[in-house]
Amino acid sequence: MTLLPAAAPVAQAAEDGGPSCYSRFVNEWFCLDYVRDRQDQIVEATVEHVVITVSAVLLGLLIAFPLALLARRVRRLESGVVGFSTGLYTVPSLALFPILVPFTGLSALTVVIGLALYCLTILVRALLDGLRAVPDDVRESARGMGYGPTRLLLRVELPLALPVVMGGLRVATVSTVALTTVGTLVSYGGLGDLINHGRQYDFRAELLTAAVLCVVLAVVLDVVIVLTQRVLTPWTRRAASA
Amino acid sequence: MRLFADTWRYLTDAASWTGSGGILARLVEQLLLTVTALGLAMAIALPLALWLGHLGRGGFLAINISNVGRAIPTFALLALLVTFEWPGSQTLGPYGRAGLATLIALALFALPPLVTQSYVAMREVPEDAREAADGMGMSGSQKFWRVELPLALPLVMSGVRLALVQVWATATIAALVAGPGLGRLITEGFANDRFSQGIGAAIVVALVALVLELGAAAVQRALDPMRGAGRGRPGDPGAAEERTEAQDPATMSAAASRLP
Repeated sequence: MTLLPAAAPVAQAAEDGGPSCYSRFVNEWFCLDYVRDRQDQIVEATVEHVVITVSAVLLGLLIAFPLALLARRVRRLESGVVGFSTGLYTVPSLALFPILVPFTGLSALTVVIGLALYCLTILVRALLDGLRAVPDDVRESARGMGYGPTRLLLRVELPLALPVVMGGLRVATVSTVALTTVGTLVSYGGLGDLINHGRQYDFRAELLTAAVLCVVLAVVLDVVIVLTQRVLTPWTRRAASA
Repeated sequence: MRLFADTWRYLTDAASWTGSGGILARLVEQLLLTVTALGLAMAIALPLALWLGHLGRGGFLAINISNVGRAIPTFALLALLVTFEWPGSQTLGPYGRAGLATLIALALFALPPLVTQSYVAMREVPEDAREAADGMGMSGSQKFWRVELPLALPLVMSGVRLALVQVWATATIAALVAGPGLGRLITEGFANDRFSQGIGAAIVVALVALVLELGAAAVQRALDPMRGAGRGRPGDPGAAEERTEAQDPATMSAAASRLP
């Protein structure tokens, strides 16, 4: 079995009396040995994936917030802002990363910015819809109580818009987890790099493990957001149970 | 910026458009892929979703399938399909290398939004229109063809339009597994330090996406049965607003979550 250059931990495989299930000749789709032996690599890719996804969504939120406020303040700009962010969505991810490269180079920043732009479509809409859903009489009572525009926004409108905004955030996050894999084009794709490597070298265990991890990651992040929302908006639960 | 000048030169050079690996050939390849994959997805999704919507059943499934679909990276799906024994990376007629795998991946990618959007469209048909049809003694199929489908059509069509642009954009990913389409020019350009080619092809993809979007919107407007009848449905003042809302992916799920 020493003839196999691809199967690195040959010694370990020899211990249980046969080639490891991810060696070139066996090459199984499911292989726990792979997960155990390449743990460091997998964890590293997963962490990179999470970091890219989370920074992209946060950056998207950071850009979407002023855009949504602007669109709300100046009615005439609303269709322009919404149209612009929807237009960004029609640019293919495989095309957007290359277009960004001259500005940001081959770095994780390219992927983060690209993905953040994709989030804009969803987040700007969600913010606008959320703020619009705040009942007018609530706004008026707050004003009557002497709330200025900033305090009204931060203390009354945003909390009430939270459920809709969080809904948008869930969609944006789950899509971004999936799209991050395309970042492998500029070598910063998190688990996408493993998928790409696994495909290139017909390394089945690596390919399938990374693909499954992507889906698991999307579900986990989705659950985290749902739980955060429950903590942040206790009144929605009370209203539902009453 | 020299790069932009180079890109411009690449795009205006006739030689980069012609030939077997030129922009035009790749463009046709990708259009073919997009249309076929969308057609496949529509053939499966529309009858199923419209029927479920007519029955008013299976809503949970129809809506959640979209959320699950969003979590599965198309690239991972494609990589798996290419590595499987079947379909592998075999060439399929005009679709080129890995054509079949790309078609399957793209069709699967388009399925969830089509199912969800069509189902929601059927459920958004006003209840009183349904009741009126029942009161007139229409049979189930009459009600479906004469009342529900015409009223649901604008929303269904905007779902198809959205899917068209998304499938086109996503089709470039095929290049990551050395598949067909314009994406090949992008990945080749970057792999061989011909950045102008990569960026040029990317611009072409984005422009065609825009053209497809505008074209589909024009077709949709021309075919809208409610054209000229005011923007809303009779007796439903909120419909106009809802219709524009439901045209983008973000609020699609918001519209979906309003359902029981």
